[in-house]
Amino acid sequence: MKAFEHVSGLVVPLDRRDVDTDAIIPKQFMKSIKRTGFGKNLFDSWRYLDDGEPDADCSNRPRNPDFPLNLPRYAGASILLCRENFGCGSSREHAVWAIEDYGFRALVGVSFADIFRNNCIKNGILPLTLPPETIDELFARTREIEGFDLDIDLTSQTVRAPATGDGWNFEIDAFQKHCLLTGLDDVELTLLEEERIRDYEARRRRGTPWLFRQTG
Amino acid sequence: MAQPKTLLRKLWDAHVVSEADDGTALIYVDLHLINEVTSPQAFESLTLRGRKPWRTGSIVSTADHNVPTTLRARGITDPLARLQVETLAANCARLGIRHYGMNDPHQGILHVVAPELGITQPGMTVVCGDSHTSTHGAFATLAFGVGTSEIEHVLATQCLRMAPLKAMRVTVSGKLGTHVSSKDLALAVIARIGTSGGVGHALEFSGEAIAALSMEARMTLCNMSIESGARIGLIGVDDTTVAYLRGRPDAPTEADWPEAERHWRGFVSDLGAVFDAEISLAAEEIAPRVTWGTAPDMSSPVSGVVPDPDTLADPTRRAAFRDALAYMDLTPGTPITDIRPDKIFIGSCTNARIEDLRIAAAVVRGRRVADGIRQALVVPGSGQVKADAEREGLDRIFRDAGFEWRDAGCSMCLGMNDDRLGRGERCASTSNRNFEGRQGAGGRSHLVSPAMAAAAAIAGHFVDIREFEGDRR
Ligand code: SF4
Repeated sequence: MKAFEHVSGLVVPLDRRDVDTDAIIPKQFMKSIKRTGFGKNLFDSWRYLDDGEPDADCSNRPRNPDFPLNLPRYAGASILLCRENFGCGSSREHAVWAIEDYGFRALVGVSFADIFRNNCIKNGILPLTLPPETIDELFARTREIEGFDLDIDLTSQTVRAPATGDGWNFEIDAFQKHCLLTGLDDVELTLLEEERIRDYEARRRRGTPWLFRQTG
Repeated sequence: MAQPKTLLRKLWDAHVVSEADDGTALIYVDLHLINEVTSPQAFESLTLRGRKPWRTGSIVSTADHNVPTTLRARGITDPLARLQVETLAANCARLGIRHYGMNDPHQGILHVVAPELGITQPGMTVVCGDSHTSTHGAFATLAFGVGTSEIEHVLATQCLRMAPLKAMRVTVSGKLGTHVSSKDLALAVIARIGTSGGVGHALEFSGEAIAALSMEARMTLCNMSIESGARIGLIGVDDTTVAYLRGRPDAPTEADWPEAERHWRGFVSDLGAVFDAEISLAAEEIAPRVTWGTAPDMSSPVSGVVPDPDTLADPTRRAAFRDALAYMDLTPGTPITDIRPDKIFIGSCTNARIEDLRIAAAVVRGRRVADGIRQALVVPGSGQVKADAEREGLDRIFRDAGFEWRDAGCSMCLGMNDDRLGRGERCASTSNRNFEGRQGAGGRSHLVSPAMAAAAAIAGHFVDIREFEGDRR
C-alpha cells in the first residue's frame, strides 16, 4: 500500500453529485488485466468528445473544452473537489487506479461511496469529507481564484487554503488514517494474526461443518 | 436475558476473528465469488508476492461480465475480453479453484449462479469484486462488494478488516398490489432515501410485504440496496428461505440438514433489537415505477410525469435533475407512458432469474413486439435459468413474440460485450443502473420490472402493467 501524509496542490472542481465509477472509468477500459495506465481515460466520456477505446492513443482525441480537467487553469491539479456520493456504483478499483494515475492525491467532497472509499485507502488516495457548506465555499473559491491551492495534512487532520488563510479540520476513521500514514502492506499486517485466523477457522469448521464439506 | 441483537450484529459477531478497541474487526469470509473483470490484478499481485489462496474451497468463479451471449461456439472475438476470460480460467486451474467457464452449463452471473446452486447459505459472509454482491443478503448473509485490493486480501488471509456498519431497518407493511414487484419496491425505497441515504449502513428489509416475497423477489430487492449507497441488504431467515435451499446441489446433505436449519433460523433480528435508523413504507402505496433520469433515485410511478427540476430547492440537486433530463432528452411534464424505448433488455443479476422470465413471458405470450422496437433481448441470468426456461417453453414464447433469446451473462446491463445501446438509444431495462453510458456510450436507460419491460416491448411505450390489455393473437 502507498502511504499518504501530506499534499499541497492545485484544486480542480467537479461540480456534480453521484459521480459513479462508470463515469470515472468507463467499462471498456476494465478489460485491461493491468493496474496501470488508466489515467488518460479518467472521466473518458466527459473529457473527450469521441468514444474512447482501450489501448488507443489519447493525445489527438477531440477534447470537451468545457470539462474542468481540460481547462488550462486546472492543469497539474492534484486535488479533486467533488460533491455528494462520489464514487457510487460499481466496485471497480480501476476508478481509483485512474484517479491515482492521472495524478490526484486527495479527493475533497461531501461524501464518498463505501466501496470506493476503501479502494482509495488501499491506493494511498485520501478521500476527505467536509460539511456541505464548506464544500460550497471551496467550489466558489476555485472559480474565483485562479491557482487556488489547498494544503492537506493527514497527521493533524487539517486543510488550509493559503490564498485566503482559511483552515478546516476534518474527521477520518482512526484505522484508515493509520493505514494511510504508514502505507502498510495490510496483507502482511493481517497475517500477523495467522494463528487467530486458524483458530477461528477450526471453531467454524466444528460449529458449521456443512460449510466445509462441499467446497473443502 | 441477553440484549436483543439485530441480524447485522449477529452476522458480524459470528465472524469476528479479532477486534480492536475502536470496533474495527478482522472478519472471516466464508464464501468468495470471483469474476474475470476485477480479479486478474489480485491474482497477479498475490502470485508476485509469493502467496497462495488461504482456502481454495471457499472460492467459486465464473465468467459473466465479458462473455458473448450469442454464437459461443465461435469463441470470444474481442481479444481483450478473451484474455480476461482466459486469464480467469488459467488462474482457477492453476490454483485449484472451482470455475464455471463460458461453456459450462452452470456458467452465468455470479449472483444468480451461487444462490441457485445452494452455495449461498444463511449465516455466511460472502464477498465478491462486484457491488451487487448485496444480492446474497436475501439469505441473511453478510454479503458485500469489494475492490481488487480487498480481493487479494481475502485470497491471502480469508479475512477482511472492517469498521462496524450501522443497521437501518426498512419496514414494508401491507401487501404489494397485483403486478407490483420487488423491483418497484426497490426503486421506491431508493427514491425515498436517495442514492447516498444508505452509505455506511446495512439495510434490513422486514414487514408483512417482505415476508410474502419469494426468494427471487427478495434477491432483487437486496441486489438494489447498493443503489441507495448501502453496501449490504439483509432479510432474515424464514420458511421461504429454508424451502428454497432444500435439494439444491450445494445445500447441506440430509445428515447435516437438521443442524444447519436450526443454525440458520437464528439469523433474524431479535424482537426489540435497536436499529440505528428506521424507515417504513406502505406496500399498497407502491405503484410500478420507471426511472427517467441518470441515477437510480430518479424514478416516478408509471402514472406520473417527468418532474420539473425547477421545483427543487437544493441547487446541486436541481442541477443534477437538469443534467439528467438533458442527457435523457426528456421534457418536464411528459407523461411516463409517452416515453418510447428503442430497445428492451430483460436480464441482469437484478431480474434474470426463472421467476422474472416467467413473469415477463406471461405478459408477452401470444403477443408481438411493437414495430418501433429495434431490439428486444432476453438474457437469462445463468445457464441453469436458460435450461429451466426452455424446459417450460418460455424461449418459444419470447421468440414467437420477436424477442432474441440469448446465452447467460451480464450482457446489456453494462455493455462490456457486444450487447449495448448506441448513442441516443433509449432502453427499457430490468437491470439496476441508469448511469450515463452504463448500457453503452450515449445510451439512455429506464429501469423497470420484468413485467413493465415486457409490456413496454409489446406496446412500444411504457404502460401501466396493472391496466395493460394488449391483444393476444
Ligand atoms: S448483471 Fe450487471 S450489475 Fe449484475 S453483476 Fe453483471 S454487470 Fe454487474
